[in-house]
Amino acid sequence: MDIMRISPFIQGVEHVLETMLQLPVEVRDPRWLDAGAAAHGVSVVAELGGDCQGSVCLGFESETAERMVALLTGRESASDSPDCADALCELLEMVCGSARSWLPDLVVAASIPTSECGANPMTARALNGAPVVVIPCVTDCGPFQIELLLEDGAEVADRDERSACAGA
Amino acid sequence: MKVMLIDDSRTMREVQKSVLSQLGYTEVQEASDGEEALALLESSAPDLLLVDWRMPNMDGLSFVKAFRQSDATTPIIMVASEAERARVVEAVKAGVDNFVIKPFTPDLLSQRIQETLAAREAA
Repeated sequence: MDIMRISPFIQGVEHVLETMLQLPVEVRDPRWLDAGAAAHGVSVVAELGGDCQGSVCLGFESETAERMVALLTGRESASDSPDCADALCELLEMVCGSARSWLPDLVVAASIPTSECGANPMTARALNGAPVVVIPCVTDCGPFQIELLLEDGAEVADRDERSACAGA
Repeated sequence: MKVMLIDDSRTMREVQKSVLSQLGYTEVQEASDGEEALALLESSAPDLLLVDWRMPNMDGLSFVKAFRQSDATTPIIMVASEAERARVVEAVKAGVDNFVIKPFTPDLLSQRIQETLAAREAA
């Protein structure tokens, strides 16, 4: 994983939350995702393609998600409601857009984000041998974390080949 | 003044409605994609359109091109992400009057709306 490609996503999260929610973000030390990591209350994930392949996920405790969405929309939404999912997906879409602007030399495509409750969508990727980095964040709305799997095309091919050999 | 918000995200429509309300514009119509907007526009004539770029069914750029075939004057503000910034020229050629890039502050959106309406009035 190219560490230099992580920073734009962290900057993206800070920029989006500070601009849209006027919410400062305190970024803590990164670590690798444990395949047995606990589930999030709510997660939103976008798949990345182009020069930066992988996934980006924002994982929230339910209360954190509800507070952030209330701050954004001005109304209460339960963490498992479609409105909460819509708001968090919109925030992640903006994060991906911002991150791409800080990676001007790379072609980075991002899918439309999807949301999931009561799971951690990145653990399956970690179980599959992909390196997922976790960046814990703290805000006045509560904690959440950024989870990133970023690989270039050669790394993906190499991992696929190792998986194929292991399965043979 | 009547404003139409065209965005697949209810969240973003709520955020924009809140800014419009602060500016005193409370007559707001909503559509969740370009196709729905074109259908609504057959029986409605808003004074300003706020159009999201990335939408299912019919995206913002396709909507603007279709809308401009029958209406050359109603001002349009395109709401785009950083990813679409490089395509601004393409959108201006299609007939977009102004842009706001997400993420934005309420003040910035308010400023864009006011300057767009003022420019159209002066024209």
